Amino acid sequence: MTFPYDTRLPPDLAALKVEIEAHARQFGLDFYETIFEVVDADDLNEIASYGGFPTRYPHWSFGMQYEELKKGYEYGLSKIYEMVINNDPCYAYLMRCNHTVDQKLVMAHVYGHCDFFKNNAYFAHTSRKMMDDMANHGVRIRHYAEKYGEDAVEAFLDRCMSIDDLIDMHSTAIKRHDESKRFDFKEPVPEEGDKLTRFQSKDYMSEYINPPEALKAEEEELKKKQQAIERSFPEQPERDVLLFLIEYAPLKAWQRDVLSIVRGEAYYFAPQGQTKVLNEGWASFWHSTIMTERALEPWECIDYADHHSGTMAMSRGRVNPYKLGIELLRDIERRWNTGQFGKEWEECDDLDKKRSWNLNLGLGRKKIFEVRKIHNDVTFIDTFLTPEFCQEHKLFSFAHNEQQNNYVIESREFQKVKQRLLFSLTNHGRPFIYVIDGNYKNRGELLLRHEYNGIELRMDRAVDTLANVQALWTRPVHLQTIVDNKPVLVSHDGTSATQNNIGEADDPRKNASPATK
Amino acid sequence: MSQKIERDHQRFRKIVRGKVKSDLGKYISRGEMIGKKGRDFVSIPVPTIELPQFRYGQKGSGGVGQGEGDPGQPLTQPQGEDEGGAGDQPGGHILEVDLTLEELAEILGEELALPRIEPKGKKNIITTKDKYTGIRQSGPESLRHFKRTYKRAMKRQIASGTYNPADPIVVPIREDKQYRSWKEVPKPDSVACIMYMMDVSGSMTDEQKEIVRIESFWIDTWLKRHYKGIENVYIIHDAAAHEVDEHTFYHTRESGGTKISTAYELANKIIDKRYSPTEWNIYAFHFSDGDNWGDDSPHCIQFLQDTLLPKLNLFGYGQVESPYGSGEFYEYITELLEKKDNVVASRIPDREAIIGSIKEFLSTGK
Repeated sequence: MTFPYDTRLPPDLAALKVEIEAHARQFGLDFYETIFEVVDADDLNEIASYGGFPTRYPHWSFGMQYEELKKGYEYGLSKIYEMVINNDPCYAYLMRCNHTVDQKLVMAHVYGHCDFFKNNAYFAHTSRKMMDDMANHGVRIRHYAEKYGEDAVEAFLDRCMSIDDLIDMHSTAIKRHDESKRFDFKEPVPEEGDKLTRFQSKDYMSEYINPPEALKAEEEELKKKQQAIERSFPEQPERDVLLFLIEYAPLKAWQRDVLSIVRGEAYYFAPQGQTKVLNEGWASFWHSTIMTERALEPWECIDYADHHSGTMAMSRGRVNPYKLGIELLRDIERRWNTGQFGKEWEECDDLDKKRSWNLNLGLGRKKIFEVRKIHNDVTFIDTFLTPEFCQEHKLFSFAHNEQQNNYVIESREFQKVKQRLLFSLTNHGRPFIYVIDGNYKNRGELLLRHEYNGIELRMDRAVDTLANVQALWTRPVHLQTIVDNKPVLVSHDGTSATQNNIGEADDPRKNASPATK
Repeated sequence: MSQKIERDHQRFRKIVRGKVKSDLGKYISRGEMIGKKGRDFVSIPVPTIELPQFRYGQKGSGGVGQGEGDPGQPLTQPQGEDEGGAGDQPGGHILEVDLTLEELAEILGEELALPRIEPKGKKNIITTKDKYTGIRQSGPESLRHFKRTYKRAMKRQIASGTYNPADPIVVPIREDKQYRSWKEVPKPDSVACIMYMMDVSGSMTDEQKEIVRIESFWIDTWLKRHYKGIENVYIIHDAAAHEVDEHTFYHTRESGGTKISTAYELANKIIDKRYSPTEWNIYAFHFSDGDNWGDDSPHCIQFLQDTLLPKLNLFGYGQVESPYGSGEFYEYITELLEKKDNVVASRIPDREAIIGSIKEFLSTGK
């Protein structure tokens, strides 16, 4: 990997790296080798626009990102402190003009992330050679742009990126079906229930016990059932819409490749979205521990405190993942050190006893290392958010008020807060979309379903997105969803969209959730 | 070093400006960041393009926040209402930054595919001027920097202990002496004068004047990009012509008749007096509704052809449409179009036509 910049660490930073890395290892952090690159603000903005990578495929969206970062930096409104990418070796970036104390803080923070990347279960499947993969993606897409025209490739990329969140985040852990169904020519093995009902009988009784008419009728029935199964695919609703399109949409070879590049990158980035709170909390926990217990010099205290608190600040309308993460981790460490967990603790209703509860177990450190290994944000908060924590940190839930057209504080109740928090983290706070039928009405049309869970879609955008799906599928596409509390079928045939009310039977609310099938 | 992101960034800028791919146009939103420049709040436009995705709508949505407040209390200001009542908020005057007039001219040039203007003749020659900008250790005595020389001498004397405050005699020696040094600064001499002439007779309504104002703003912006110094001359005329200032130019309404030749004669007089064509690039634009008095029109054309046009880089005639004007002057001007290559004429019936008219005026590259 060659960098166009001079990124060698100057001697003072190299010495710092050795020092901080030693602290991190002593605390038990476990990470791939980490390479720090020193870059200028402008280069850092460029790399950040590319999602942390020195090179990506060409697309205007990176330029858009760059403009925003650049303007924010030039007017002193925002500044990127730290950036690190999940790769082996890990690459992290330091801004050349930062003060020594900031460089230390960033290094300590980065080692937290590197440890998380290597050890958290949700990152287990990610490519550790993504730096090279990304560069290869760039080469391939540039090649297609040369061959098929920049505008054509860009327009296709736009469509792909419009649906790049329609992936099955958990498919890496669960095998839902066999690999490729398309080229599977094996005869289906008839299942037990598919056999005709034939009772045992003596020969002369046969016609009486198993009447041929009944058998024939049953056979017809079975055949029909079989045909229905064969005609409708996928057999189960499919979360990974991108995969379905790659396998079944009539795409050209280069288009299929571009779509799988976009899908691959989406899967690479997905765990970072799934673990934002825990990952940032973990890194912040370690920069704070390493700095305050080991690395901080007396004269750096004030600057450190200033920058640390700047990162942790909460605003009213939003939860700061850094803050929520670090406080929850500290809370867990405290609870497992003092033994404030388990059946006895839960069932104790002597408040006085609870207040001074301390079993001196000292299990805290061990517990948080376990948490960082097996949890994602949803399970992390579901398991460890306590009513006491909500109260102490003054968390509240807010909801959209239609009459006033703004957001109002909804409640301070633990259950409500937790529910809102979990909702915003589930599936990145985005709706669930499934492929229901790839041969809808037996006309090769595509039927998608929005799994309604209380919040309706933003319809104007949904229709446009549907148009993009249609462009890939080429036959008409349909989306079952709920509009104004009524089940509707939104269709797009390539030129225009229509919206029809549909019967109760197709109501996505009524049908059992496919995830549980 | 040029960055790789530059290509993506340029592409993005082009899409935002609508130069390519109109189908992304509807996803462009003009966001802003509020920054601070000195004491002023400035709005920094941040355009973004959001590709459509399946997302939740607002209805029933919500989230989690932190801080004080009771249930039912709004988090944000309701949208659309309550704009007047802002007190301590940093509202009031927010300035837009980020688009200088120069960039504006650049966009204009790009949009209309305008050619660069070649300043004509020897007025393009760049002269140099000496500017005293620095200090050096040797030079003619006439350029000696008195103050610096004595300061240095004094410093030396204090340092070496030969300075006596009671008898403050400072004597510079060779090493103390400092001389002014100069740099040759190129001074482009291409200066231009833009003369706007407008018919303010009763038949010109406010709407027509607004069109003239918009058009002249863009002409100014474009020409300023190509010349170091620009001077504007404003002439209004009905049956007689006067030179006025900019404000008066746009806000005068007379009721008299119309005699266009008076304006041309006055312009000629001003050129002879103040803007010698050998030194100045002169542009003249005349806006009128095309109504002229009696047999004045042939006289105008004659005058333009023989006297005025040879002195000008470009003469532009813009004819607005008024409910009263006959518009016949346009016919006379078109005769000239074939004979002279520094004449352009265009009709500007409404605001929509302004852009086309600017293009006609400025695409000659003169």
